[in-house]
Amino acid sequence: MKRIYLDYAATTPTHPEVVKAMLPYFTGSFGNPSSLYSCGQEAKGAIQEVRVRVAELIGARDEEIVFTSGGTEADNFALKGVAYANEKKGDHIITSSIEHHAVIETCKFLERRRFSVTYLPVDEYGLVDPDDVRRAITNKTILISVMHANNEMGTIEPIAEIGRIAKGAGIYFHTDAVQTAGHIPVDVNELEVDLLSISAHKLYGPKGVGALYIRKGTKLIPFMHGGEQERRRRASTENVPGIVGFGRAVELAQQEMSEEAERLTYLRDQLIKGLLERIDHIRLNGHPQKRLPNNVNVSVDYVEGESMVLNLDLEGICASTGSACSSSSLEASHVLLAIGLSHEQAHGSLRFTLGKWTSEEDIGRVLEVLPQIVAKLRAMSPLLKSHR
Amino acid sequence: MRNVWSLYSDKVMEHFKNPRNVGEIENPDGVGHVGNPVCGDIMELYIKVNNGTIADAKFKTFGCGAAIATSSMVTEMVKGKSIGEALEISNRAVAEALDGLPSIKMHCSVLAEEALKSAIDDYLTKNRRGKNNVSL
Repeated sequence: MKRIYLDYAATTPTHPEVVKAMLPYFTGSFGNPSSLYSCGQEAKGAIQEVRVRVAELIGARDEEIVFTSGGTEADNFALKGVAYANEKKGDHIITSSIEHHAVIETCKFLERRRFSVTYLPVDEYGLVDPDDVRRAITNKTILISVMHANNEMGTIEPIAEIGRIAKGAGIYFHTDAVQTAGHIPVDVNELEVDLLSISAHKLYGPKGVGALYIRKGTKLIPFMHGGEQERRRRASTENVPGIVGFGRAVELAQQEMSEEAERLTYLRDQLIKGLLERIDHIRLNGHPQKRLPNNVNVSVDYVEGESMVLNLDLEGICASTGSACSSSSLEASHVLLAIGLSHEQAHGSLRFTLGKWTSEEDIGRVLEVLPQIVAKLRAMSPLLKSHR
Repeated sequence: MRNVWSLYSDKVMEHFKNPRNVGEIENPDGVGHVGNPVCGDIMELYIKVNNGTIADAKFKTFGCGAAIATSSMVTEMVKGKSIGEALEISNRAVAEALDGLPSIKMHCSVLAEEALKSAIDDYLTKNRRGKNNVSL
């Protein structure tokens, strides 16, 4: 059976070109970039080239890029780094209620350590209202963090508007751009952000590498102490093959982004339209237009998400759900609850995220298979009867 | 046998793919309704009792793979048992009959046990009100 991978927001396969670019840095140019001899300096040069390329992707300067172990580290670094470096100035942080756990859990950690956090609500599409941000600012606010696009339902937030408000108030502004960098245009000056997180494995690069953009002049404490790597902001011998792979992935993204976004938007809308036509009592989660080109998120009434995911897997289709029957909390996705879904609807959510190797036939296959799965599960659902 | 690369045992998957005893029983002797939407699992279990023996059992479940498989398994296990024997079926027994469940899914087997107990409770309550004469 052909495997149809539709979970590109979870991770992407590493592009073969990326793997090829990485290989020489495991055995040939394996040197430590801090070493003075040539095979160390080769590695150092390679890292610098990637720094320039990542900076170019987001309209930044190369010295404003710090490589990290991924998106989660970049988020932790931005939030804790700014909070602890500016605690004399204030103790208040503003974020949204639909952030990735890397931001939410870091905020909760800071809340337990004398910082206070405002979690802004979102509307039914998952949009943060910039006026809410304005109203939440106090003279103690030191940082605002709102994600560029939501990883679950794909809604793209009004970052530039929030950025203007933050800048006007002289408050640092961070955005988690893990789902957008390399997929839609991201420019740190247009968005008016001071800090921005990126992850390589969401754009066909390897896992275990990412970056944090830090605008020149931003006060933040180092993430790790040790050697002098990354201008002393993030000690540790650099992940050279990973960074090189990240660079190649960014290069490919730059070449293909606009065409690929258009292709995926078409497939995304085909899938949304087809699902809404073929399955009754189903709703689209997230904004219909202000959404990532590759994200489809629906709630199917009367059925639970994991049982749909397992049935899809039996048909070779990989998708995900906001039902957290398998998490220790058993709570459904905080994102779907934040847009006002009932617990049943949040548990009945299904996310398909499309990517480079998604074809029109793949979409057709989902549209053929899912209605049958839903019918089978609804036949055993105790919820359907009470709604009849 | 447990496939180490999958979340569930083959037996769980077999019951998930082909669940036994799906549906409702008309005029059941007992109905159990457990779970809640917050945790994402809701089970309904129906029993038919003849002379103190569970002659038939059916279920309807909203929930994950483990919830469906444990519902299916518990209805299989309970058929032909006396009320007394049925009350002794534990969540562990259900999980073991499925060749185990991941630890984060053990709550599903608890739900299956509770659904069964609740259906039997319902049966006993109805009968106490009625015949006053129930043999365990």
